Order: sequence, then C-alpha cells, then structure tokens
Amino acid sequence: MTEYGTLRVKTGLAEMFKGGVIMDVVDAEQARIAEDAGACAVMALERVPADIRKEGGVARMADPQKIRDIQDAVSIPVMAKCRIGHFAEAQILEALEVDYIDESEVLTPADLEHHVDKWPFRVPFVCGCTNLGEALRRISEGAAMIRTKGEAGTGDIVNAVTHMRAVFGAIRSLQAAREDELYTAAKEHRAPYELVRWVAENGRLPVVTFTAGGIATPADASLCMQLGADGVFVGSGIFKSGRDPIGDRDGWVDDVTRRARAIVEATTHFDDPKILADVSAGLGQPMVGISASSLPDEERLEVRGW
Amino acid sequence: MGDQPRIGVLALQGAFREHARALRRLGAEVVEVRLPEELEGLDGLVIPGGESTTIMRLARIYGLDEAIQNFPGAILGTCAGMIVLDRRHLGLADLEVDRNAYGRQVWSFEADVEFEGDELPLHGVFIRAPRARELGPGVEVLGELEGEPVLVRDDRLLLATFHPELTDDLRVHELFLQMAEEAASVRSL
Repeated sequence: MTEYGTLRVKTGLAEMFKGGVIMDVVDAEQARIAEDAGACAVMALERVPADIRKEGGVARMADPQKIRDIQDAVSIPVMAKCRIGHFAEAQILEALEVDYIDESEVLTPADLEHHVDKWPFRVPFVCGCTNLGEALRRISEGAAMIRTKGEAGTGDIVNAVTHMRAVFGAIRSLQAAREDELYTAAKEHRAPYELVRWVAENGRLPVVTFTAGGIATPADASLCMQLGADGVFVGSGIFKSGRDPIGDRDGWVDDVTRRARAIVEATTHFDDPKILADVSAGLGQPMVGISASSLPDEERLEVRGW
Repeated sequence: MGDQPRIGVLALQGAFREHARALRRLGAEVVEVRLPEELEGLDGLVIPGGESTTIMRLARIYGLDEAIQNFPGAILGTCAGMIVLDRRHLGLADLEVDRNAYGRQVWSFEADVEFEGDELPLHGVFIRAPRARELGPGVEVLGELEGEPVLVRDDRLLLATFHPELTDDLRVHELFLQMAEEAASVRSL
C-alpha cells in the first residue's frame, strides 16, 4: 500500500535539509543563483523581509505565478510562506505543490489567536518559535519542522541567538528535571505533556530545528550551528548584500554569489575556524541592516505567533 | 582492521546523523567525513540523502569528489547519495538516476519494498525520490517496488532510492557492513 503525506515523509524531507542553507528568493534569477551556490532549498517570496520592513503595508503569500516561475527555474525544493492562521493561502500553496509551507510571522498575521491546523494537509509545514513552549505548540498543530525566529530583515543575529538559547536551554533543563516535575513544566511551557516528556527523554525537539532571522555572514551561520541549529534560513542577508544591483548589476551578482557560497560552506564546516576564515575573506559589503534593539515594539516581527 | 568496521558518513549536508545512529546500533565505529583526508583507513563510506547539487558542490571544493572516486572500500548511497554515485556524477555506479522522478514533496510516500532473499519486506520511505534506469550488466537488483529497482548492488556499492536510515529496520545497514568487511578482507589479501 502506498501512503502519501505521512508524518514520516513530512519530517523526513526536513531531515534531508539538515546541514544546509535555505535561501529567500523573489524571482527565478535569484533562485538559480541560490541553487548554483549550493542552497538545499529556496523560499519563494514576494519581497524579502528587509523590504517588507522598509515598504510597510500588508505582507501576503507570494503571487502563484511567481512561485511557478521559481519552481520551473530550479530542481531543489521550493518553499513558500503563508500568513499565520491563513489556511486558505496554505490550501493554495498545497495546490501549487510547493515542497514546504512556512507559516510565517514575517507576513502580516491573518488570525490573532489560531494558527493553521496543519494535520489535514499533505504538504509539510515549518513554523517559527521564540521558545520551547511555542515550538511544541506548533508541533502539536502538525508542524513537521521548526525554525527559531530571530528578527527577520535586520541582519542582526542577536534575536536568533536569544531564541536558540531559550529553546536549547529549556531542553537541557527538562533533561535534568525529575519525572514528577514534568507536569508543571508542561503547564509553564503551555505545551502538551506528552511532547514535553518526549523532549525530556530525547534531549531534542521531535522535528528538525533550523534557525532564522538576521543571518548575514558565514560567521553568523557557524555561530547558529555551534549553538545547536540543524541548519539555517538566510533571508535578506544574501540578496540585500553587495554592490548596488541597479548601478552595477554584474558586480551585485558576483557579490551575492560569493556570499551565498560562503554561507553554504560555513554551514557545513561550521566548526573549522580556518575554513571559516578563508570563506569569509573578501566578500564585499554585507547587508547594512538595522540593530534589532533599536526597533519600536510595533515593528518587531518575533512577537507574532501565539 | 580491528574487530569493528570503521565507517565514514559523508557529513557535507543531509541526513548523515541517522545513518551514523543506525551503524552504531550495529556496532560499527562511525566517523563524520567532511574533508578528503578523513577517508583514510575507513572500510566503508555512506553518502546520505540530502540535496545532490549541494553535496556535489561541497565535495568538489575540497577535492572530496576525486577522493571518493579513489576510495577502495564499500559505499552505501541513499537517494541523493545514489545520484552522486551514478554515471553522470562520480561515475562509480553503472547506472543512471533521474532526480525527483515521482514528483514534488506531496508525492513523497511510504510503501513496502520486496527484499531479495527475505520474506519480510523492507519499509521504504521515498522522499522526492529518484528512479534508477539503464542498469549495467553487473548490477544486481535486491529490492523492487512495483517491478522497478529501488535497492541495487553493483560490486562493493549498495544503492537505495529510499531512506532505510529513517526506519528502525537495520537490514540494509547490516548488509552494507558485511560488504564493508568483504571489501576490507579482499584488500588485505
């Protein structure tokens, strides 16, 4: 008997992403650059987070035509984002046969209380989290992969580090807890007891855990991997770096290609500082970015998600 | 060699930890391989699933592609690892492999695979799986799904289009360890 859309094939694809870099792209050209540089998947977007921040307005699922163009351009998996709780966007993305849906705080939330019920879908979902409880709530809704949120579109790694420390630190605390303390731990994390117990016994989340939000350099990727991430999402950090894409197109392609390759290499050789030094050299202008701590509360994306 | 076979798992990108876990459960000594010199002294090498374009790119940068071509031990390739070994890539396996041959992720599936010489089928997890075709005369089919080859052996190479590392069934890894021991004893003659 052939079974489709099982939890094992959903989480299994995420296992294949491990040790890899998933890159945000907004068109077929960027998708090809990402694939050639060694990305293990691409995220098809209407705008990268840095532009969403700058331009404001409501951020929605990408135009299906754009997603199809990107699917036609590359052979690696193509992911796409839907708004938090917007199950109709998710249904459309499933019909487009994207390989993974990111129910993402980077887009403007469609529901202020509920996330998408991800179990009925045949396509797998990845969701963001800032702490262990949030990760386990998403998993209980059917997420087959987790990413720590960081603060997208800033080029500032500080929130990604905060969120990874929170998730992996909380896992270590659960491992040290007595069995009778796990009930209260579940209450404090606002997460199902069975999942809390599984994490305490296994010392990790039950799904692959990437990190995202603010990764702009090979050193950032190495830091995330050393802190325990299974792989990294890079959003604005690649295609918002380098020379001016309008004034010097070829120079920009050259810069973003070298940076993309360097971040891929750094994610694999994350614990080899000599290789990291080599791949970090002469990469040109990184994304300028904004300090996450300078953001007013209403512009912080990490607080979206419940 | 000592009592336990020493197996390397190519750790450039993909599901390498699952292979390492399966092999350790069978008593093998397992090391992660990211650079050519780490292949030395190994009896076998696993090339895991992942993205074949990513794995090939990272292998070329530090000359791992050539080092694997010259590696004398047994090799297990699963999914992307099988693609990497075919005629169009490293050229070690006498067959061609088509990528994503069943379609995108919504067409990924689980199904039982008939396992040569064993009444109990293998449970196959097929993720954006490839298909093998144009098998050379020396390639032996060990596992079939609906009449198509999904597990094959070509001399000291064992190749699967599915992911035995994602189930608790260790028979494919067990067979691979036997092959690694055979290859090692042939070399020491």
